[in-house]
Amino acid sequence: MMDQAPAGLLVPAPSVWHRFLDSDFVFSFRQSPTAIVAAAVLLLFVLVALLAPWIAPQNPFDPTALELINSRIPPAWLEGGQARFPLGTDGQGRDLLSVLMFGLRISLLVSFCATLFALAVGVTLGLISGYAGGRIDNLIMRLADMQLSFPTILVALLIDGLSRALLPRSVHEQLALWVVVFAIGISTWVQYARTVRGATLVEKTKDYVHAARLIGMGPLRILFKHVLPNVLGPVLVIATLSLGLGILTEATLSFLGLGVPPTSPSLGTLIRIGNEVLFSGEWWVTVMPGACLVVLVLAINLLGDWLRDVFNPKLK
Amino acid sequence: MTSQALLRVQHLRVEIPTRRGVLLALDDVSFAIAPGEILGFVGESGAGKSLTGMAILGLLDPPGRVASGEIWLGERRIDTLSQREMRLIRGKQIGAVFQDPLMSLNPLLQIGDQLIESIRTHLPLSHEQATARALELMRAVGIPAPEARFTAYPHQFSGGMRQRIVIALALCAQPLLIVADEPTTALDVSIQAQVLHLLKSLCREQGTAMLLVTHDMGVIAETADRVAVMYAGRIVEIGPVADVIKAPVHPYTRGLMGAIPSLVPVTGPLAQIDGAMPRLNARPDGCAFHPRCPAATAQCRAQSPGLETRHGRQVACWVTQASQEAA
Amino acid sequence: MTDIALQVSDLQRHFPVGQSLLRAALGGTAQSIRAVEGVGFNIQRGQTFSLVGESGCGKSTLARLVAGLDTPTGGKVRFSDAGKTGHRIQMIFQDPYASLNPRYRVGTAIAEPIRFQKLLPEAAVLPRVHELLRQVGLAAADATKFPHEFSGGQRQRVSIARALAGNPTFLVCDEPTSALDVSVQAQILNLLRQLQAELGLTCLFISHNLAVINYVSHDVGVMYLGRLVEVAPTRVLFEAPKHPYTQMLLAALPRLDTRRREKPPIMGEIPSPLAPPSGCAFHPRCPHANARCQSELPTLQDAPDGSSIACHAVAEGRIPVPLFP
Repeated sequence: MMDQAPAGLLVPAPSVWHRFLDSDFVFSFRQSPTAIVAAAVLLLFVLVALLAPWIAPQNPFDPTALELINSRIPPAWLEGGQARFPLGTDGQGRDLLSVLMFGLRISLLVSFCATLFALAVGVTLGLISGYAGGRIDNLIMRLADMQLSFPTILVALLIDGLSRALLPRSVHEQLALWVVVFAIGISTWVQYARTVRGATLVEKTKDYVHAARLIGMGPLRILFKHVLPNVLGPVLVIATLSLGLGILTEATLSFLGLGVPPTSPSLGTLIRIGNEVLFSGEWWVTVMPGACLVVLVLAINLLGDWLRDVFNPKLK
Repeated sequence: MTSQALLRVQHLRVEIPTRRGVLLALDDVSFAIAPGEILGFVGESGAGKSLTGMAILGLLDPPGRVASGEIWLGERRIDTLSQREMRLIRGKQIGAVFQDPLMSLNPLLQIGDQLIESIRTHLPLSHEQATARALELMRAVGIPAPEARFTAYPHQFSGGMRQRIVIALALCAQPLLIVADEPTTALDVSIQAQVLHLLKSLCREQGTAMLLVTHDMGVIAETADRVAVMYAGRIVEIGPVADVIKAPVHPYTRGLMGAIPSLVPVTGPLAQIDGAMPRLNARPDGCAFHPRCPAATAQCRAQSPGLETRHGRQVACWVTQASQEAA
Repeated sequence: MTDIALQVSDLQRHFPVGQSLLRAALGGTAQSIRAVEGVGFNIQRGQTFSLVGESGCGKSTLARLVAGLDTPTGGKVRFSDAGKTGHRIQMIFQDPYASLNPRYRVGTAIAEPIRFQKLLPEAAVLPRVHELLRQVGLAAADATKFPHEFSGGQRQRVSIARALAGNPTFLVCDEPTSALDVSVQAQILNLLRQLQAELGLTCLFISHNLAVINYVSHDVGVMYLGRLVEVAPTRVLFEAPKHPYTQMLLAALPRLDTRRREKPPIMGEIPSPLAPPSGCAFHPRCPHANARCQSELPTLQDAPDGSSIACHAVAEGRIPVPLFP
């Protein structure tokens, strides 16, 4: 009475880890050199950012460690450079490599938190919108449409400007980072909501949702226990690509002087600062953070593209 | 007999290379169709019946490929033709009717235009002649008021009507053979009867042969002259329809016939075959059916049986062969 | 005294079809699809009542109305056990690939009704899951597997186990074997029959396949375009069908023992539910239709052999009843 393979083919069931390693996901990862390199680069950047306080050669925020005599030194491979400062120094004598590490830290932190925030808001609204239908769906989608008619930068500028105007200066100094996170997050939740809403519309017609309703499960519980795990696939792709976009948005804001406070400079802030001395010949102060930004976002985008292809059922 | 056969398939073997190894989808499939004959291919999902039709049409989805064997249409071998040459054969000499009419019909073109396009691709007719022929075809397949519906789009027709149009498309160039893959499975019972009747009468009228692929034995009983029963990529029994249905020889065919519910009063449980057809990556050694067969012997477990002719049909089974010889 | 477990009376489910605001403002009438219209029947306790019909007849909608997954726009669904403890409805669905959450292990899916409805203490849940798996012909070790590791027939068994886990007294089966191969279908039908006999379940069974209906039902209702046209005990329906549509359905069935049909089967297509014909919905295709059939809707009338038929021609005695051996 049992539908099993013949006795000779029974093997012990593999563990979860082995199943993951053996999956199509890991297989196509191994097949794609782009994905492997991109993932390696991203991993490197993330590790550097996490460990910055411990591995940076110099603490750029400690005024006592700085010596003006070390200022304006070019990168090590150029004439006049020193091995002690591999990427050169800025106008205050700060080691550019260390400054980059901390800048990277801020950039990644802001973008990561903003993405997480946008994801939480967008996925929740998308789930509710798709499952409830009717007026609630209409309301949320019209909100989303309104949101989309504002360019991201404009929204971020508005929120940033408002917070500066409304909050007392000291409070704003403390919260500036989180204001930026909020600003970027609030301008990007729509894509999550739309995607999740579409996927929810599909899943809610499936019979396992009906089966849950039959035993009396309420809609919220069904949404988060049954529907959510099945709509997260495309969300991962959006989140990865959003990460890159978030870094760029934050860099733009900081470049314009509206982003993170100068006490915790991000890559964008560094580019701005370096920009001012660009034409006096100290190109490394702006180009190094710029190059770092480009490589980081490129790695994230390549990884995101690969993820999108992996999750695309039509390509299988 | 084989010199008269319209379609001859000999030792066809279709493989699907995957990253875990090569899967054997069709194993040593051999059969022939005479001109004007309707041969049914019956089996369950995964048995390979659709693949056989696709291989003949030259429409195997890559990475699936014909690994060995020969397919002959009349005096011409067609499995080695290029895609371009195969395209000329499809439509003109071999027509196709698939399960989902929306696969064969372009939703953006009017029905009349699609018919005319098909006709003019294969026959040297002018636009007016092709239009006349298209209307004639629509009438022949039973579409009411064809002139009015000539400019309609596929979505404006019901499922049964769409399938009739697909049949019209398949027959427009008067092919020698039609491959029909589950042509009525998606239709309601009452429509199914009409469409099957239509297919059969048109084939009889034009002398077209048909390879009818289906999972429904009832459809075969109504429509086909001969039937081939497939299991796990092989033909296990092939013979005249009435014989195979009334007196099946192969244990799988017997099990299948017993499992079909009928309209007679119920006396007990349906005869069931325990287990399920093996997946392509888990084929047992020897006869693919042996794990589920009540009469399996050691030879069945070791060696795969070939088709043996006896009593006017062919069966691939060691056990029945042995009992035959003993009798 | 018959023990009626379910009474359905005058059940109605209309789906409004959207129309532009402009048309509504200009006074156009709202169109609606009458998926289920005026349906009434009873099911005896411990028996299986089947609904058969082609696409668009409303049987799936009716199944959802009975199960409580949808609310009727009119009429009543009355369970005689409603409100009592122990009255639970469960359902088995058509598509084995959509009826299980792909992210849940099979054991978790089966345990969910037990846990959520607090039917057993936690320690007893896993043994019960194993017992259910064995009862449907799978192995206890299958509880840790995911749905994609099973075939269609095995998934249906898991769905049956999940339905049984909820300790139902009433089971709705919506085309449970339509997506399965013949030999697997035989296994599942045998299993369902056996379980019904063992557990005394009352069952509403939906199918488009008359042979399957013959196998599992005690009584059958034939639906056409949202209405019941004939209701009869199974043997009566198959041996002496009275409604022209039932006769047509039976005649259209491909039969294994058939000599080739000489005359073509009845033509005509199922009308669109948005624009049903006036009077009796079947009259455009019916060989016995007269003027009364075009204007007046027939109602179900009882016949002496236990069947009920909604047909003027039958009521007027105009149709001969062919006997199907």
